[in-house]
Amino acid sequence: MTLELFLFFTLALIALLTAWGMISSKNAVYAALNLVTNFLSVAILYLLLDAPFIALAQVTVYAGAIMVLFLFVIMLLGTETLRAEFDWKKIWFQAALALALLVEGFVMIFQRMGQAAALPINAASVLTNPSEMAKVLFTDYLLPFELTSILLLVAMIGAIVLTKQVKKRSL
Amino acid sequence: MIPVTYYLALSAILFTSGALGVLIRRNALVVFMSVELMLNAANLSLVAFSRLHQSFNGQIFVFFIMAVAAAEVAVGLALIVTIFRSKQNIDLDQINSLKG
Repeated sequence: MTLELFLFFTLALIALLTAWGMISSKNAVYAALNLVTNFLSVAILYLLLDAPFIALAQVTVYAGAIMVLFLFVIMLLGTETLRAEFDWKKIWFQAALALALLVEGFVMIFQRMGQAAALPINAASVLTNPSEMAKVLFTDYLLPFELTSILLLVAMIGAIVLTKQVKKRSL
Repeated sequence: MIPVTYYLALSAILFTSGALGVLIRRNALVVFMSVELMLNAANLSLVAFSRLHQSFNGQIFVFFIMAVAAAEVAVGLALIVTIFRSKQNIDLDQINSLKG
């Protein structure tokens, strides 16, 4: 077993355990912390896949900014635990649906891809170079990139407008 | 050397976990986190395909998905805060009326 395979299986195990911990924890704070660990392990998987820029963006954007926002809202609202969460006896239908989805996904993967589609070993992979990625991003994908800035601006204004308390002027 | 199918299988399992979380949880925040997990699983398969084809297109797609996810989280959490202010609850079973 090579080191790469060992790393992959360790990280995959961590990702699966934390994903399962997230959907089964009663407390929303524990769910958020499980999700942070999941994002970090997936970030290391991105490093294994020759995508350092995406890995760092994952750590800063997902595990950093987004999860801080989640934890902030959980603690602001004080809704760590709800009165009645799910009962394992009542969710057999949902579990069966999820299992069907998983089986379907596996059938598609192993029928279409087969075992032959191994990742090519490329020591001097161009993918590890973020400046090469920037060249593609700022030439072929310049318009979507600029549109992203408009999207983020709209989301920011939308979040402010939604949460703004309208003060009624007392006459 | 890891076959790309391993990454796709991991991505499928993570996606299914997220879908299950959306189906069974009632806390709106945890449902939202499960949606993030599903987006993340899709990102993982895109990066694996990017590595398979030695092309940047998959990674750039993931970059845009991250930007959209950030925007989605900002607006979604603002919506949850607003709903909590009006209903004092974020139990999805209790939020069943369209009239505020």
